[in-house]
Amino acid sequence: MSSSSLSTPFLVRSAQRGRRDGLRRRLRAMADAAVTPLSIDDVLDQFHPLRAGTELRGRIVAVEPETSDAATIVIKPGRDWNGHEPGQYVQVGVDVDGVRLWRCYSLTHGPRPDGHISITVKAIPGGVVSHHLVRKVRAGELVHLQQPAGDFVLPMPIPQQLLLVTAGSGITPVIGMLRNLFSKAVAPTTDITLVHVNQAEPHSIFKDELRAHAAAGRIRLVEHFDDRDGLLDLARLESLVPDIGARTAYACGPSGLLDALEQWYDERGLALSTERFRPALLTEAGEGGSVAFADGTVVEADGATPILDAAEEAGVLMPSGCRMGICMGCVLPMKEGAVRDLRTGETTVAVPGETDPGGVKIQTCISAAAGDCHLDH
Amino acid sequence: MTAITKKAENPIAHLSPEDIEEIGKRLDAIRQEVIDSRGESDAAYIRRMIKTQRYLELGSRAVLLGSVFPPAFVAGTIGLSISKILDNMEIGHNILHGQWDWMRDPKIHSSVWEWDNATPSEAWKHSHNQIHHTYTNILGKDNDLGYGIMRVDEGQRWAPAHLGQPLWNFINACFFEYGIAAYDLDLGRHLQMPKERRPESFKKGLSATLQKIRKQATKDYVVHPLLSVPTGSFVSTLAANFIANIVRNLWSHSVIMCGHFPEGVETFEKAAIPDKETRGEWYLRQMLGSANISGSKAMHVMTGNLSHQIEHHLFPDLPSNRYAEVAPKVRALFDEYDLTYCSRPLVPQVYSAWHKVVRLSLPNGWLATTNAKNLPQQLVALYKITTADKRKRRVMLKLLERKAKQEQEYVAAA
Repeated sequence: MSSSSLSTPFLVRSAQRGRRDGLRRRLRAMADAAVTPLSIDDVLDQFHPLRAGTELRGRIVAVEPETSDAATIVIKPGRDWNGHEPGQYVQVGVDVDGVRLWRCYSLTHGPRPDGHISITVKAIPGGVVSHHLVRKVRAGELVHLQQPAGDFVLPMPIPQQLLLVTAGSGITPVIGMLRNLFSKAVAPTTDITLVHVNQAEPHSIFKDELRAHAAAGRIRLVEHFDDRDGLLDLARLESLVPDIGARTAYACGPSGLLDALEQWYDERGLALSTERFRPALLTEAGEGGSVAFADGTVVEADGATPILDAAEEAGVLMPSGCRMGICMGCVLPMKEGAVRDLRTGETTVAVPGETDPGGVKIQTCISAAAGDCHLDH
Repeated sequence: MTAITKKAENPIAHLSPEDIEEIGKRLDAIRQEVIDSRGESDAAYIRRMIKTQRYLELGSRAVLLGSVFPPAFVAGTIGLSISKILDNMEIGHNILHGQWDWMRDPKIHSSVWEWDNATPSEAWKHSHNQIHHTYTNILGKDNDLGYGIMRVDEGQRWAPAHLGQPLWNFINACFFEYGIAAYDLDLGRHLQMPKERRPESFKKGLSATLQKIRKQATKDYVVHPLLSVPTGSFVSTLAANFIANIVRNLWSHSVIMCGHFPEGVETFEKAAIPDKETRGEWYLRQMLGSANISGSKAMHVMTGNLSHQIEHHLFPDLPSNRYAEVAPKVRALFDEYDLTYCSRPLVPQVYSAWHKVVRLSLPNGWLATTNAKNLPQQLVALYKITTADKRKRRVMLKLLERKAKQEQEYVAAA
């Protein structure tokens, strides 16, 4: 093929596309002019909230109870959903008592043929959002979504030997991985051991599904119930999983378990991937201070509360994301002042004239005021 | 209106500083009750209101595409007028006060909301939320009193130009959104400055306002009339939009006049306000400086619940749908402390406000000393006052005032 016969159609195509884009832009400008001060998007959202090109939302398709305090919520995501890998999480925004609250939940299915996504939520004590999702939401309601995120995913190709350790709702990213593996036309040859820890058998989410996999010989399931077996003793881990050193390991669960597991793996020089639902925060509080925003709003924040929470409580619209110091969705420039990292106790200081004139970027979700500070937002 | 401190009988003289602070505490408690119970039903209320307004506007504009047919013209114009009123009053004004910020909905938040009005919401938030709500009814500081363009107080010296103020006020009412835009920009003061000395902030604000006006006008007077061309409805749609804007302007002007202008509402002297006004003192000024409109639920919604102007001024950031519920509690507090809760139905309240505009457009005492019988002589006297030179006029004004006072005393004695 000569170069000219290649480039001519390309040029024609791009010119057509250019004209189409130009026309679309003009049509949009006219539609916007007809509905100002709204944009045409605001109007279309009233009729089709899941359409492409608007902010990502989802419609709840079904709420399926899993245990007495857990439910799976199946959601039809908006057109712009990028798709996810099993093990990733999604940020879900719901209005609880009229207030928009965001939380992260692991996606509990691999990509499904019907395009729906699902999260499985366990109502935790004092958990406003989890209680709302488990007990109050109904099919048909809209939720707000962010694109999937997280690197708690299996590598490709999938390792021959896997160890998955989960505790409580820590099973949720792992069930997504398993469902994805076992829905494939060709069953994987991976040798999988799953150590699944729960307080008691009735609280064990997905136990029937997991037992069915075990019965079919697809996984080796080690169920551990604290009320029956006592607290999981990591000294026994090697006897539970004899070839533990040879297995690529993934763990998800409460901080206590993950900290202990990480230490166990470190001591033996082995690698472990973990997924945390909440950051491990320091217990002692700092001094706190007042946080000033560019529009003149001033919020008093104590030394133990993330600036994000304190500001939202005061009605300031804040960018936010995972709320645990991972996704950088909440980062704002601090022009002046000091904040303390609630995970490490490390203090970050911004001094006009000495630090970046654009401000020092801080993660508001894990930073508490350490004296008065000024955020450029 | 005469500033409260200049009145013969000061309506707050009977309150001790302790009383005033107690009123403040009691009002804080009423406020806290609402804040503690804000929730799902409130959020549903504002969302429903926004949805209703948008459907009404879309529906009305769709009907106006065929506005050459009289029924479509009438229905579309009424619908559009109502939707513009809802947008400005119950939705825009209240969202811009931050009444719904607690929902943390980035689409319904005072920092991002824009309304169907000539003045950009940013400018409005400064002049209205900061200036008017802070300096409510302080003569010379609160331009909502019309101080800049009208004679609003007997204490202001009368000049012949004031004779035109009823007309001027009516024209302002018809084009109220532009009046507000000009006032938000402090246009009068800035235009008097030499061009090069006008501050950067004014130039920025001016360009933002002009851009907003251009967009608004393009929508109402170009895009929608053009969309109506296929049915031959260009002119009628243009007329419908013009009427809807005028109706909205007249309505919002009336509601706003009712809020602070009727007889019985107190005004305050700058000098009499302490440097550090306490919470209680601020509350008291809001209580006496506002007037309510009594009426049906529909009326409350159409006024953006500014019919509960007193409650709104006490708690400008509480959700508007809750004012009706706190009103009886606030009223009980007025009664307990022997204060006047100024509330009348819409028509008397509007009449009262206009009566004051007319009264103050004339020299002090003129209206009070005029009746059907002496009207010709009074008109002659007015003509003489108007055409007299400054010194003579001052004497004549004093005489007129004295005469009115004597008549009043005579009536009182009889």
